[in-house]
Amino acid sequence: MQEPVSFFTGFNPNDLWFLGEAALKTLWISILSITIGSVMGCVFGWVLHESKSVAGIILAPILDVFRSVPLLIQLVLFYNFAPMVGLDLNPFLSGVVILTFYTASLVTNVARGGIESVETSMRRASRSLGLTYWQDLFHVVLPIGGRTVFPAWIGVVLGVMKDSALVSVLGYVELLKASQILITRTQEPLLILSIAGAFYFALSYPISLYASKFEKRWAK
Amino acid sequence: MFDYNFHWRPVLKSFPDLIQAGFVTLEIASLAMLLGIVIGLCLALMRINMKGPLKWFAVTWIEIARNTPALFQLFFFGFGLGAFGINLSPFTIILTGLSFNCAGYLAENFRGGFQAIPVMQINSARCLGMNSWQAYTRIVIPQVLRIVYYPITNQMVWAVLMSSLGMLVGFKELSGETQFFASKTFRVFEYFAVAAVIYYVIVKIVLGASRLLAMRLFRY
Amino acid sequence: MIQIRDLHKHFGDLHVLKGINLDVSKGEVLSIIGSSGSGKSTLLYCINGLEAIQQGTVHINGTDVHAKNTDINKLRQKLGMVFQQWNSFPHLTTLENVALAPRIVKGKSKEEALELAAKQLKHVGLGDKLKNYPVSLSGGQQQRLAIARALAMEPEYMLFDEATSALDPEKVGEVLDTMRLLAEEGMTMICVTHEMGFAREVSDRVAYFHEGIMEEIGPPQQIFEDAQSEHTRKFLMNVR
Repeated sequence: MQEPVSFFTGFNPNDLWFLGEAALKTLWISILSITIGSVMGCVFGWVLHESKSVAGIILAPILDVFRSVPLLIQLVLFYNFAPMVGLDLNPFLSGVVILTFYTASLVTNVARGGIESVETSMRRASRSLGLTYWQDLFHVVLPIGGRTVFPAWIGVVLGVMKDSALVSVLGYVELLKASQILITRTQEPLLILSIAGAFYFALSYPISLYASKFEKRWAK
Repeated sequence: MFDYNFHWRPVLKSFPDLIQAGFVTLEIASLAMLLGIVIGLCLALMRINMKGPLKWFAVTWIEIARNTPALFQLFFFGFGLGAFGINLSPFTIILTGLSFNCAGYLAENFRGGFQAIPVMQINSARCLGMNSWQAYTRIVIPQVLRIVYYPITNQMVWAVLMSSLGMLVGFKELSGETQFFASKTFRVFEYFAVAAVIYYVIVKIVLGASRLLAMRLFRY
Repeated sequence: MIQIRDLHKHFGDLHVLKGINLDVSKGEVLSIIGSSGSGKSTLLYCINGLEAIQQGTVHINGTDVHAKNTDINKLRQKLGMVFQQWNSFPHLTTLENVALAPRIVKGKSKEEALELAAKQLKHVGLGDKLKNYPVSLSGGQQQRLAIARALAMEPEYMLFDEATSALDPEKVGEVLDTMRLLAEEGMTMICVTHEMGFAREVSDRVAYFHEGIMEEIGPPQQIFEDAQSEHTRKFLMNVR
């Protein structure tokens, strides 16, 4: 007697590993894009603050586009555009490129807000102590302005981490795509979605809690 | 290197349909915001004023909405509820998902707004003989609305961008419609490029309308 | 009249008012002086029911303020209150600030309320600021707005809680002048104040509070020139 072949199989411990690995992929693509994007955003923010001239006129609208078009559309567009210019990018790299620019466009505003939050009198004081422009920027503006906008930056970080779920449309198997695959196989959507949700929550909630504590501490 | 031939003709032909879909996007975003504002206000008041299960209900809603991806939430309303035998239409999935998400974010904005109103404002209103309902509706809420006006505008932009997820749950708003045409004609890039432009225009219209309304509403 | 009998107020372990007995009759101007933390502001809060009390009674025209069945919103219409911080409603013009409560609390028609508001604003010298929003007013003007707002409810009593303490020194005079004007018109007033000149010249009686106890009460001359209590004399020496 042959056992009936079943297309659907139940949820087993190995699947938990599968989800765990996928969560790491979510983490990895997020960390990569956020790191590069934040550095770019800081530079862009500084450029926008310093020069109201050419750089600003060109840069500002370009960054604005990344904030005014759905990330989903950006991903699909870029994934289809890259081969046209001879770039052979896998879903992961396409995702990183778009998420990086997306992060940069959001961090630019945060960074500019940070620079502008440091009062002119404070900067004059530090310059009059003999600090050079760059010393003033790194030793006065960065720590003071950085502290002011840190919670806003955390907001961007958490946003990008959650939005990285969209890279799944390109076929990159991160956390949400992995759970989709498992759901199709096991037909246990509730269980698997709960586990995936718990993963996201565990990544995001502690950080957002820390940020709001930080904000309260410095508000005093 | 660049040997791709653009074909814009099919896109032009279906342009009226895409514009139509743009209106659907605006519609679904507005509806979700309307529900989100009402629910968000209730959640904020529950979190501030209540104790016990009602408070924890509000906290749970808010934290899940803010700490998991919007797409995850859509999936939950999509096939997660399927486990209970509840099968929602694509329209209902995207509307519940977006409203759930918006309500969570808006609740926190409202909470911040309420906390920014000094207690003495309520005390002086009460000293003039107003009851607590009058003090809330006449004195507190108008001031809170002013504080949360720009966060609400931002959330509306978000709702427009997030509604693009409709494509992934089979709802034909702008992205869903674009996807439909793109897969029919294989002109993915062209279609999504046009969709991106339409999204950009919608976002600018929302921001412009909000600015005009603000000029009429806030004279102080 | 206002009758206070054996009033006790605790904030947790802190005993803020330790058995106050005080009568204020119609038309009287009473000033309450004393160092900060002596309980004088708390007394005002207990009179209009913003703070609950632990023992004793407060009666206004024979109505018990803290009784369960008292309609506190109705009772508060008899009591105008002006705070240290002026608490203007920032989203309303000065005219709307004053007209709001008469309209929604007393049910006056819009025209009636606006007319009344304009009258009260002229009374306190803000006749030319009817359409302004509070942000464009100085502290002194906002405090006079607060007085007009309270007067528009046509109260029988006015309670002032250090109405001039938060003002810039050069703005104190205009608010005191307004308060003086009210006193001359026969308004019953309880003024918690640090302005000794005002207390001396305008009040019918002055009370000195010390650590939750009313140390001494009497006509200004007696308090300022012939104080019986050691604490009162010390306090007055320090403020001069």
